[in-house]
Amino acid sequence: MKRHDVIIVGGGHNGLACAAYLARAGRKVLVLERRERVGGAAVSEEVFPGFRFSVFSYVVSLLRPEIIRELELPRHGLHILPLESTLTPLANNDYLAQWSDHDRNRAELARHSPRDAEAYDEFGLLLHRMARAVKPLLATAPPDPASLRPRELLDLARLGKYFRTLPARDLNALWKLLTMSAADYLDEWFESEALKGTKSASGIIGTLLGPRSPGTAYVLLHHYMGELDGVFRAWGFARGGNGSVSAALGAAAQAHGAEIRTGASVQRILLSSGRAHGVVLESGEELRASTIVSGADPRRTFLGLVGEKALPGDFVESIRRYKFRGSSGKVNLALAELPRFTCLPENGPPHLNPIYRGAISISPSVDYLERAYDDAKYGEISRRPYMDIIIPSMLDPSMAPPGRHVMSIFVQYAPYHLNGGWSDARREAFGDTVVDTLAEYAPNLKRAILHRQVITPADIERIVGLSEGNIFQGELTLQQMFFLRPAPAWSRYRTPIDGLWQCGSGTHPGGGVMGASGRNAAHAILGRRA
Amino acid sequence: MLKTTPFHERTAALCVSHAWRRWAGHVVASSYELGHEREYHVIRTAAALFDVSPLYKYLVRGKDASRLLDIVVTRNIQELKIGRVAYTPWCDHAGKVIDDGTVARLDEQVFRLTAAEPNLRWLEDNAAGLAVEIEDASERTAALAVQGPAAGAILAALGAPPLKYFRIAPARLGGVAATVSRTGYTGDLGFEIWVEAADALALWDALVAAGAPYGLMPAGMLALDMARIEAGLMLIDVDYVPARKALIGSQTSSPFELDLGWTVRLDKERFVGREALVAEQARGPQWQFVGIELDWDSLERLYAEVGLATRLPAAAWRMSVPIYAGAEQAGYATSGGWSPLLKKYIALAHLRAPHAAPGTALEMEITVEHRRKRAAASVVKKPFFDPPRKKA
Repeated sequence: MKRHDVIIVGGGHNGLACAAYLARAGRKVLVLERRERVGGAAVSEEVFPGFRFSVFSYVVSLLRPEIIRELELPRHGLHILPLESTLTPLANNDYLAQWSDHDRNRAELARHSPRDAEAYDEFGLLLHRMARAVKPLLATAPPDPASLRPRELLDLARLGKYFRTLPARDLNALWKLLTMSAADYLDEWFESEALKGTKSASGIIGTLLGPRSPGTAYVLLHHYMGELDGVFRAWGFARGGNGSVSAALGAAAQAHGAEIRTGASVQRILLSSGRAHGVVLESGEELRASTIVSGADPRRTFLGLVGEKALPGDFVESIRRYKFRGSSGKVNLALAELPRFTCLPENGPPHLNPIYRGAISISPSVDYLERAYDDAKYGEISRRPYMDIIIPSMLDPSMAPPGRHVMSIFVQYAPYHLNGGWSDARREAFGDTVVDTLAEYAPNLKRAILHRQVITPADIERIVGLSEGNIFQGELTLQQMFFLRPAPAWSRYRTPIDGLWQCGSGTHPGGGVMGASGRNAAHAILGRRA
Repeated sequence: MLKTTPFHERTAALCVSHAWRRWAGHVVASSYELGHEREYHVIRTAAALFDVSPLYKYLVRGKDASRLLDIVVTRNIQELKIGRVAYTPWCDHAGKVIDDGTVARLDEQVFRLTAAEPNLRWLEDNAAGLAVEIEDASERTAALAVQGPAAGAILAALGAPPLKYFRIAPARLGGVAATVSRTGYTGDLGFEIWVEAADALALWDALVAAGAPYGLMPAGMLALDMARIEAGLMLIDVDYVPARKALIGSQTSSPFELDLGWTVRLDKERFVGREALVAEQARGPQWQFVGIELDWDSLERLYAEVGLATRLPAAAWRMSVPIYAGAEQAGYATSGGWSPLLKKYIALAHLRAPHAAPGTALEMEITVEHRRKRAAASVVKKPFFDPPRKKA
């Protein structure tokens, strides 16, 4: 039997990133993926002939620039295309467009509110500084303030020193961002409902919280962390869909000698005298390695693959309390023609209008989003949901046959814990709600649909294995971030089982197609500072 | 007055940025949109449409046409078969490059030479006693380049015959008589299309219509500049001073010094500059034209020292930037920029031969917050980007 040093359970993007780093350091690495393709929730699939969908995750959000560089992902086929605008269609047949071009953006904001147009730059500068303050946290294992281990104390001291260099006004702003709701924070700056609605939406993605829930302001920072990279632009659409990110990570891992097995579902992690030393596949095959790394989420890893009997009681309690509460779904459409948003001025064919190359956000106001949340709070699909839409074929025409299009619609809220549970009928009803809502802004949408794929949180759990369909392997809320992700004292990729590590999005910093968890975990396993 | 190209009626209507640039006495769009970013990415993702009409175009006809060109340029034109294109520099008698371009053999006795500079007099001077007719067809020939992975599908949709790399053929495109060559300045899969100026707008319209389903988009010089750097392709007046414009000898470059040794056919009996180039080859060129890659960590450190996130050029730059090997200046970069595709800061540079081997560690000057610093850099192989589709 072939010996490996490391077995990685789950070929999601973090598992692949972890594998690439470990292989690069000379470890013999085997990645085991249950599905027939790697990528986890970052996959591109030809669901309808000639049309490729980024089935689940659909943008590259904060993929760490150091990963792109160190693993030479462009050489392995990664090409990130910028999303340069966000269109928010409004009910009164008006719209708000946000552009990366400063003059164009200012003119458009001023059309809605001259005050907001002025405040926008100041807001941007402040958040830029905040993002720069917080960014170092992403690339390192979070120090645990309760730990007395010298290395963690040292890390903590270093971090404390860093934060002490921030001016008082920045510290105050940071505290507000960490504690306030996105809606309240934005109220301090802006008056345009469309702007506040669209900006606050970034604070609720992937959580079962609304824009008025405390703690949602923090996620506003994420957008600016992407901007910190400036023209490095690790934010955008991956050519070929998000499966290209996984393909590039997989190719990098293989180039460094890692082995990837698909169709290999791990049933259990093998333990003996408190140490992990292998895995058993569904097929019964046993594979051994001295280091096992789980890319699965904390619930699946500890309550599933390991089993609670082998774990300390307080740890099991923490994992049980760790919140998933998937709240979002996807609708992917194959389209015969572009949707025409009637709010936009008629100026030529839509394929020449750059606005269709950007994001389209159905978030006309904070009230709209909060009402969408109200439905979900009580276990219902939002009657009028928030949507974040892109048209990948406008950025990469090869995603669809010539002249045809694909549309990716991220939808919230679709609560995992739906009253009466999810069924085929409820899935289709969810799809109808989404299409009906969108068709109010783009009436030609319905007749343009050639194929519709609807994904509920239950589908995400069933297909990808993310518990409760949470796209971040657990809510990205303050009470389960940093040194609390996924559990107190176990945030630094270690687990209570010797030889068992975690590298998924359920560890710090988690969230998005970022790869930081995978890279940080690899460094932790190698005993290196990131 | 500045001239406009035969496509100006179309390009002017599209140029919402109002950003124009001069090229050989013409105005062409720097970018059509407010920023050039999408125009750049479309070259590597779908296909970009460039107006390249300002190129000088010469038709050389007659019994001695191949002889004349063979005398002028460094490559062997007598061997060039009908329907093929050759990229080549040409030199003065001192073996210093005066221009570079392409020679296409359209028929047994018909060639088209493209050039960046006027060359009519130079061709005529070298044609003494030869049976050739030289026509400056620059004004009457309009040219478009379609560059990018979808370029082949777009040309096929218009009824162009399939073409191998560096081949040329006549074609009717949307009812317009044209010649199409599988050439370009982006290092990608791409074509250049040559038509009578009177047919320019009809060709533009046909291409735009056929290209729409494939995401074809007009693109300007800013996008092209970054793409050609990625492709490792030099630009006259930017990366080298043509010998005719050099005020002092040190400004000139031989083909060997421009990494064009592969185009120099010293086995030809006669061509302008041959003797000088034979001698230079024997003693070895003093300079090399290479690719440079800046080290990210070094850049990041320089910016972190002043409390900033790393800043990268938003567009390709064209200037002379010193490159050091320790205390000694080893050479200078002449164009560079951040490659959004490769996620690397790259540059084209002239280095003294001892410092030009791939992997050599150097430093390039960068200005960080008004202060001159040095960032670690290394010599890398050109082209920086070379997709298999280019020649496939």
